[in-house]
Amino acid sequence: MLVTLNGEQREVQATSVAALMAELDCTGGHYAVALNYDVVPRGKWDATAVNAGDEIEILTPRQGG
Amino acid sequence: MVKFYDREISSRLLIGSALYPSPAIMQDAIRESGAAIVTVSLRREAAGGKAGDQFWSLIRELGVTVLPNTAGCRSVREAVTTAKLARELFGTAWIKLEVIADNDTLQPDVVGLVEAATILIKDGFEVFPYCTEDLSVANRLADAGCRVIMPWAAPIGSARGIVSRDALKLLRDRLPDITLVVDAGLGAPSHAAEAMELGYDAVLLNTAIAKAENPVAMARAFRLAVEAGRTGFEAGLMGARDFASPSTPVIGTPFWHAVS
Repeated sequence: MLVTLNGEQREVQATSVAALMAELDCTGGHYAVALNYDVVPRGKWDATAVNAGDEIEILTPRQGG
Repeated sequence: MVKFYDREISSRLLIGSALYPSPAIMQDAIRESGAAIVTVSLRREAAGGKAGDQFWSLIRELGVTVLPNTAGCRSVREAVTTAKLARELFGTAWIKLEVIADNDTLQPDVVGLVEAATILIKDGFEVFPYCTEDLSVANRLADAGCRVIMPWAAPIGSARGIVSRDALKLLRDRLPDITLVVDAGLGAPSHAAEAMELGYDAVLLNTAIAKAENPVAMARAFRLAVEAGRTGFEAGLMGARDFASPSTPVIGTPFWHAVS
């Protein structure tokens, strides 16, 4: 299905946030996820469904001023 | 010591983590600055990317307190969501709140800023708003529950120093119980000293150190300037006068004759 991932359209197989993170090889590190502008805490990645058309942001720590 | 919400912090210099020539220089400059609070951001990670993890390891080695920002956010919705993501990612209720109004000046959108700060404080955040020197905006932020307020000296990265000295002084006079930080636009150690002499509690800077020819030496220069400015403020500056006043005693001046 087609989702918007970090601002770009992308075809994904995963149907949960946890599966999506595994599919993207984003595991084990420091990540925060927003699904349609709502934060999905790490403890809820398994239970949170990803649906076609969802807008997903995957963020990590970066330099800032 | 200076208080940021309920935490006592030893250094009055807050430093950014961006724009350094290398990760090693970033670490050395932050150490040399003596800063205990370092600003960081959140950015999109490419699939399989590890840049975030590498950067985070460098920051953790420094043993500093992080202050995540919402840099680049242009709406209340973006800023509020970014703040919540920062809390999830960094495990802190602190947020340097930026809502930007203009691409060229990076001027804060003060209306959106007050709205976002109000939402976040109700949600348990401890907000460090990046704002202009406008007194009415600062009052609104204080009314919303901000106990730290961070007016700009000049546009971010401009190195112009304090443009509106009188307005910054007025903020200090009117908000004696708020922790006030001059954030953005400082270019030289003397600018930082001037902010501290005005009675500001701290300064936050990044570009002036990171873009210096020698960032580590400049970090030291800013550390010393902040210390000098604060010590000067605490010592009590004499007021400026319109006319000269001799420092050498007048009594006993040689060859002096009373004017008849």
